[in-house]
Amino acid sequence: MIYLLLFWTFFKIGLLAFGGGYAMIAPIQDAVLQYGWMDADTFSKFLGVCESTPGPIAINMATFIGSTQGGILGALTATIAVVLPAFTIIFLLCTVLKKVQEKPLVKSVLAGIRPAALGMIVVTGIWMMITCGFPIIEKATEWIDWKAIVIMAILFIIPVMYQKETGKKFSAISLIGISAVLGMGLYTW
Amino acid sequence: MKKEYSVSLKDLFFIFFKIGLFTFGGGYAMMAMMQQEFVEKRKWISAEDMLDIVAISESTPGPVAVNSATSLGYQMHGFWGAVVATVSEILPAFSIMYVLSLFLNEVMDVPIIKAAFNGIQCAVAVLILRAGFSLWKSIKKDVSSLFIFAVVSAVLLLVHIFQWNFSSLLCIIFGALVGLCVGLFSKEDKEETK
Repeated sequence: MIYLLLFWTFFKIGLLAFGGGYAMIAPIQDAVLQYGWMDADTFSKFLGVCESTPGPIAINMATFIGSTQGGILGALTATIAVVLPAFTIIFLLCTVLKKVQEKPLVKSVLAGIRPAALGMIVVTGIWMMITCGFPIIEKATEWIDWKAIVIMAILFIIPVMYQKETGKKFSAISLIGISAVLGMGLYTW
Repeated sequence: MKKEYSVSLKDLFFIFFKIGLFTFGGGYAMMAMMQQEFVEKRKWISAEDMLDIVAISESTPGPVAVNSATSLGYQMHGFWGAVVATVSEILPAFSIMYVLSLFLNEVMDVPIIKAAFNGIQCAVAVLILRAGFSLWKSIKKDVSSLFIFAVVSAVLLLVHIFQWNFSSLLCIIFGALVGLCVGLFSKEDKEETK
């Protein structure tokens, strides 16, 4: 029955996908393509729509897919299923936390967690600002060869240090030899 | 024994419905709005509580936006607060998506809306940063906190730039461990000076 399938699929997604919105898109896409609920082309257009409408992407997708597969009941099933695992876990977590939050060690742990959470927020904001104005940065790994930069840095530093230590010039042949080894190491990674 | 909560379920419903309706751009945008509504505007929770909520939302599975609604709702009004907050935050999205699904093909490609949302992306970035800085102002800035913040921020920046696969849960765990160590060591200090 479609409702069971919807429930089970989205429950699994809601249980296993960590890290929020975008981490949930991949498993949803897998399920959609696997069950033939949409073709790949439609899915990417659909993704765009879900990003543009208010609300968490995962919810938007669950509702839409549930609805097209099983009407209003399907929409409800999928949406509730995707939310249920997290809701349950958080509820349990908060209940436990409430009981132990005055303990000194717990306080220390929480005091450590807060700056970490703040770091995540700030970096997310900064990164979004950067990629908003400079979208190319997201593709930085494509147009910057980091490995080459690292190798060049190493090849620069070694002769300088060698000269400082021994007063002799580092031979060009050794330099080439080192770069070959580094290249074999880094580029096969 | 009935527990008295300062925040009513009705209040929660309206605030979270508004958040759910007007937040575009995912989890962190919603958290920025929650920070504005609950910490800044109404001062119902502290910056520390808000960061705890962020941490919980990042550590548990599921969409960050929903998780933070659940935890905030729980803090405001227990179990039913969690339910109301979660449901009312999802309700706008649910309704909109359900209606859209009835008009399947026509809504797939709307360039003007995409254009609007490119602009909204910018607002989202600014809102998140503003929330971040507001929270920053309110938290304790001792050595261990600054250390954790610096390490986590540096690592996350690198993760973004190099597009590594990195679970943000690890950042939370890192902070927790450092916090734990600090707590353990200061306990030892206190015992030594006895």
